[in-house]
Amino acid sequence: MRKQTHSASTEINKNTEGLHNNVVKMVNTASKESVNVTVLVSVGEHPLSKRPRRAEQDARAIEIGLNLPGTQLHVMHAGAADNVQTNTVLKDYLGMGLPEIQVLNIPQEADNLTALTSNFTDSNPDIILTGIRAENGESSGMLPYVLSEQLGMALVPSITEILSVDKKAGFAELLQALPRGQRRKVRVKLPFVATVDMAAKAPRQSAFGAAMRGKITVVDAIATATTNNANTEWKITPAQPRPKRLKVVKAKTAADRFKAATAKAQGGAGKVIYNNQEAADAILKMLTDEKVL
Amino acid sequence: MFADDFLPSVLFVLLLVSVLLTLVGAGRRVRLWRQGQASTVHWAGLLSIPRRYLVDLHHVVASDKYISNTHVATAGGFVLTTILVLSIYLFGISGPVLNYALLASSALMFIGAVFVFLRRRNPPPNLSKGPWSRLPYSLLTYASSFFILSLPATGLLPTNTGGWLLAVVLLIGITWGVGEMYLGMAWGGPMKHAFAGALHLGFHRRQERFGGGRSTGLKSINLESIHLETGKLGVEKPEDFKWNQLLSFDACVECGRCEKACPAFAAGQPLNPKKLIQDMVVGMAGGSDAQFAGSPYPGVQAGTHKGGAIIPIVNVLVPSETVWSCTTCRACVQECPMMIEHVDAIVDMRRFETLEKGQTPGKGAELLENLKTTDNPNGYAPNSRMNWAADQNLPIFGQQVEQADVLLWIGDAAFDMRNQRTLRAMVSLLRAANVDFAVLGDSECDSGDPARRLGDEATFQRLAKTNIATMAQYKFKHIVTADPHAFHCLKNEYGDFGGNYDVYHHTGFFAELVKSQKLSLSTDKALSLTYHDPCYLGRYNGEYDAPRYLLEAMGISIKEMERSKTKARCCGGGGGAPITDIPGTQRIPDMRMEDAKATKADIIAVGCPQCSLMLEGVVEPRPQVKDIAELMLDALVLDTQTLDAQILGKQVLEEETAVDTKLSAVNLEPTAAKVVNVKVSHKITSTADV
Repeated sequence: MRKQTHSASTEINKNTEGLHNNVVKMVNTASKESVNVTVLVSVGEHPLSKRPRRAEQDARAIEIGLNLPGTQLHVMHAGAADNVQTNTVLKDYLGMGLPEIQVLNIPQEADNLTALTSNFTDSNPDIILTGIRAENGESSGMLPYVLSEQLGMALVPSITEILSVDKKAGFAELLQALPRGQRRKVRVKLPFVATVDMAAKAPRQSAFGAAMRGKITVVDAIATATTNNANTEWKITPAQPRPKRLKVVKAKTAADRFKAATAKAQGGAGKVIYNNQEAADAILKMLTDEKVL
Repeated sequence: MFADDFLPSVLFVLLLVSVLLTLVGAGRRVRLWRQGQASTVHWAGLLSIPRRYLVDLHHVVASDKYISNTHVATAGGFVLTTILVLSIYLFGISGPVLNYALLASSALMFIGAVFVFLRRRNPPPNLSKGPWSRLPYSLLTYASSFFILSLPATGLLPTNTGGWLLAVVLLIGITWGVGEMYLGMAWGGPMKHAFAGALHLGFHRRQERFGGGRSTGLKSINLESIHLETGKLGVEKPEDFKWNQLLSFDACVECGRCEKACPAFAAGQPLNPKKLIQDMVVGMAGGSDAQFAGSPYPGVQAGTHKGGAIIPIVNVLVPSETVWSCTTCRACVQECPMMIEHVDAIVDMRRFETLEKGQTPGKGAELLENLKTTDNPNGYAPNSRMNWAADQNLPIFGQQVEQADVLLWIGDAAFDMRNQRTLRAMVSLLRAANVDFAVLGDSECDSGDPARRLGDEATFQRLAKTNIATMAQYKFKHIVTADPHAFHCLKNEYGDFGGNYDVYHHTGFFAELVKSQKLSLSTDKALSLTYHDPCYLGRYNGEYDAPRYLLEAMGISIKEMERSKTKARCCGGGGGAPITDIPGTQRIPDMRMEDAKATKADIIAVGCPQCSLMLEGVVEPRPQVKDIAELMLDALVLDTQTLDAQILGKQVLEEETAVDTKLSAVNLEPTAAKVVNVKVSHKITSTADV
């Protein structure tokens, strides 16, 4: 599923500040078409009050889109149209200064991937931005992966910034979030799907006036019944917090502790397995060791 | 032709031309005001102008006796002189009585003008210079010219005294005086304040303020009826103000009382209420702030900001930090002798910044987002609102009770550990007085105060409507709250949305309980204490006496700070100022704590959760900060009867909790403590019996 990811050069850059100062270079003079950026937004959920809200990552995706000069920004929501709660949240997104949000009208039970895929086959976006995972519901985080596979696009997970887009050359430079505040610059072929990390720039304030003026346009979509009928029978319970692993502090000096806190986690134990059977055994062993199974 | 024939005829022409030019200028000025938006025209107010000037305005001016007497003499003299001059020299009504009257009135004006001159020799920094420094000379010239002119007319001096020389000198003097006093009135000179000010008193947007009334609630925007395609929310350009607001800006006399009172200005934040109003005038009339001759916004170079009626104000004419520095403490409004509403103008501009531009600075956006999703400013889980009272067994509306005498409004102090102490004290006091009260529990929302002051009218209205709908389900007689901000919203701002309640601040309610002897306080503690008036209790709601009554009932003689009651300095916690956090050269609470230290008091008593937080944030050593409820609980005297009643009344409660609450919450006098011990042991045995 991730075979097309990071197609080109990657470089690890610990000094992220220099990168943030990079000016976004937009080269789209040759082909007069501007870059078509589509942001997929969902209805988020506040972790404490459970109220619907702008999903944090999706709002960051819009912020990235708004900060790209010379692009056509489309914001799209796939779900049931004319739902009061959904519309309140979509208005909140509109309040960021968007003229319009399109709603692909898909009934609650239907599968929105088919509708999205057929929509994107028609509209041919250059960049599709989504959050990493939804804030409620299944929250599997699978949508961007399946979408990129079906559209035959690359997928870049956890980006924080789009540094430049060169439509003529067909490449974009992105900044990807790594653990411990590190960033990696990746060059990716257009078109691509990217998920936006929480480390991206915080979304701008939603203004009431702009929210009221923005339009919600409903687009009819081909709705196919979901292939996964099982989920209607699912019982949803709040997630249990995962028990914390006991941390044995080996560091004796402050310098060691500092290193432990800042150094990148070293894998070391990983190995490359080509045989499917061996790979499955290794995964099973790991899951048993971690007491997941 | 002799000088005494020549002068009246020249004067006739001079006065006629000046009056005509004045009328033209006045028409032009009226056109400037009419650029503003429609607002109710209070025609009846015009009839009240003299009364409002003599009573309401002078009530404010009289806080400075020097200038109030000076102004009575100068303005009174000027008005009389002008009426007489126009009667005699323009309309030709003559007679010895009029001449003597003119002599007297111009003399009166001259005396006043001398005092104006004396004050202007070494003007304090709050007074504007520029054209205003010229004014005393113009006043003296106008008064003396007509005084000298009347001398021959009354026969006190022979006609033709001074001959041509005096006639020419008088003519120059009168031309200058009339130019400043008549033309300046309509064409934007310092005397503009007389013309605009009189009309402003008549057409004031808050007519309730006159005749001893009070009007402090912010004006609401009708969000349902506004046409978003054409209309806009809040004020972007000068023309978006109501016409009578534009008129009010023109009334400013640049006396700088607001500047002296403004806590943000004193803290070096980029706000000067006087300059703000003058900038609004620049915006209305067009031009730049280069003409402004007073103190600039601290840290902002004046003179380069341009404005116009259709030019956006914020970040062009006025830096956005200026608009966000205000703590909405109303000290400027209280001090303004022209009764200008600075806070309304600031909130109008904030509304545009928040509702249309989405540019609330600092943590503003985060706070508003939290209010949207959790109904409290800090984003706590809404169902944790009552956690502070887990051990209090409070009756909750909709759970244990449907009606009570008193609805106890908790406010966001529920989430703050320091202010939970005040809440606990308040609950203990209400129980000691056997008050039948209940709380809304988790269904209470933030009152909307911070959202409204930060310009988010939409969130305020949602919260207000939610709270009103919640309270409509239950029966209660009064609302009592320890938070003056919630007090103000519930009392003065919920009415626009159909919520009319009998609201008490806890000090007002407790004062009644003490007066009716339902609570008795010991008087044997000699505390060295000063009291800090919360803005939203004092200036917003006029409550200065109840807190002082309670403190005195505890046998305390308050060491008043220099700035107290109407002149109290803000703690810096209002209007979302701690949220937007505009930097200055010092912090407002530090300045207020200096005020308190100057009284050498050990304790600073407060009546507001914001004030306790801001003042406790000042580094020690400093006086202790205590809410009046906490002080009262320390001084509470429980007699055996009330204890018995309480113990009987509390049998429904967990016995352990009841004992704990009693002992921990009530810090009793040594003698009373014995009583409690007896009673407690009595109660424990009785429990054992059961």
